[in-house]
Amino acid sequence: MKCLVTVKQVVDPYINIRINSDHTAVETANIKMAMNPFDEIAMEEAMRQKEAGIISSITAVSIGPISVQETLRQALARGADEAIHVVTSQTLTPLNIAKVLAVLVKQQQTQLVLLGKQAIDDDCNQTGQMLAALLGWAQGTFCSSVKIDVANQGITVARETDYGLETLQLRLPTVITTDLRLNEPRYISLPNVMQAKRKPISSINLDSIISELRTEIKTLKVEAPPQRKAGIMVQSVNELLHKLQHEAQVI
Amino acid sequence: MAVLIIAEHDNLNLNDVTKHLVTAAQQLDTEIHILIAGFEPQQVVTQASTLANVNCVLQASNNAYKYQLAENLASLIQTIAADYKYIIAPATTFGKNVLPRVAALLDIEQISDVTAIISKNTFVHPIYAGNALETVATSAAKIILTIRPTAFMMCNLAATNCKIKNLDLVFELNLSKYLSIETSANNGLPDLSAAAIVVAGGRGLHTKDDFEMLKQLAIKLHAAIGASRAAVDAGLVPNDLQIGQTGKVVAPKLYIAVGISGAIQHLAGMKDSKIIVAINKDPEAPIFKLADYGLVADLYQVIPELTLLLDAK
Repeated sequence: MKCLVTVKQVVDPYINIRINSDHTAVETANIKMAMNPFDEIAMEEAMRQKEAGIISSITAVSIGPISVQETLRQALARGADEAIHVVTSQTLTPLNIAKVLAVLVKQQQTQLVLLGKQAIDDDCNQTGQMLAALLGWAQGTFCSSVKIDVANQGITVARETDYGLETLQLRLPTVITTDLRLNEPRYISLPNVMQAKRKPISSINLDSIISELRTEIKTLKVEAPPQRKAGIMVQSVNELLHKLQHEAQVI
Repeated sequence: MAVLIIAEHDNLNLNDVTKHLVTAAQQLDTEIHILIAGFEPQQVVTQASTLANVNCVLQASNNAYKYQLAENLASLIQTIAADYKYIIAPATTFGKNVLPRVAALLDIEQISDVTAIISKNTFVHPIYAGNALETVATSAAKIILTIRPTAFMMCNLAATNCKIKNLDLVFELNLSKYLSIETSANNGLPDLSAAAIVVAGGRGLHTKDDFEMLKQLAIKLHAAIGASRAAVDAGLVPNDLQIGQTGKVVAPKLYIAVGISGAIQHLAGMKDSKIIVAINKDPEAPIFKLADYGLVADLYQVIPELTLLLDAK
């Protein structure tokens, strides 16, 4: 069974972001970039399923400018067999990303797509669900456990919901989105990094996949949120309780 | 044209997040409908029909909708979408699971986690774990939004019940099947998303027993228990207690952060709380930068002492 894994290049999660001077976007030029952490988990899951003999090959996909090839190299170092770079200078909304992925899934005859549940830049949490809809497939979102039963064409997933861990049985082919506790991505060794340099990345222009891209959403501005001011330090539990009762009046 | 709210419920009770969404819906249009898709959800329908400013409750009752499976629900919503300008759902794991599927079926882009409605087509939502607020406008014929419940007040109750319409539409796609859910026992403590007071623990706590200690405090305060990612990853508490960018977003009147350093991912889930208290032995912990009251001390002394003092009160 072939597997497709999406890897998005995002601003390194440990960096304090800066909004650009004309308040239209978050600054990304000359900023350290990284693979979206949820996509690292998706890559790791694909690797584990491959090591278990369930997945035959892993294709990593990223959409964006030439710089996303760094992220694809990381995916190859993490174990992807091949990588597809969909080349565009535009920033695509999740629906358009899902449309591109749907075309690739059909071309590749993939049975399983693994995506991070959200990207830590736009925090949209949409692409996996949208892709599943466009393909007419089952969706397993926010997964913390994935068990694939190829013989029965089924997948059992545990999902992290607001009410607890929900277990669903899904029919293959399936779209899975990964939550934090699905696995812990392994350390990439230097030999793997070196090997990744020899693996293929095929570049495809966005317009050769989708001729007309439509978006109806326009960003008007991006601003810093109002900052909370630091309050006061109290010296004892007694003082804290007194403040909460008589000053803040919250208990 | 009207607003359709996708209700969150468990076939017995309407989740309060839906009441917050009614308030948001009022800023979009005066005609507000609520969809209750479930299995024999009559009690939920009755509850929804008493909400102020709601004009109609749509009931779709079938086994296919019992567990809110996204595939079945999305197809149902797609089918009734033509009557609505707006389709909104809470930005909870329920809404996040279902609504993007609806949006893609309708070929409409979705705006996620709306925290403010500027006009009928312009919305504000947080990005980068709440470190930036993006204002977006949409020209789409239909507008699909997930709404952050805590950003809007709960609606009032009406004097009379609104009309109820039964939908005789069944979508059983047989793509997914519900097996079970493992819920965390909260032992009579209030629900985390709705609690007026939240006591949250982080990396400063080391064992499950340490969370028991927090629970004693929570009982005294009638508070919910929450946690940072570190505590969930360490297996001290279940995942549904995680507060932050990828967990729950809460905005109680009092948030007590115990042994939580204050990573930006955690702050994303609680910084809209009215009063924030930080208890941490590290005076450099970032959480102190936004706490209204900070106490640099050992939590293993502070928590029992605070619990005892509340006893004496």
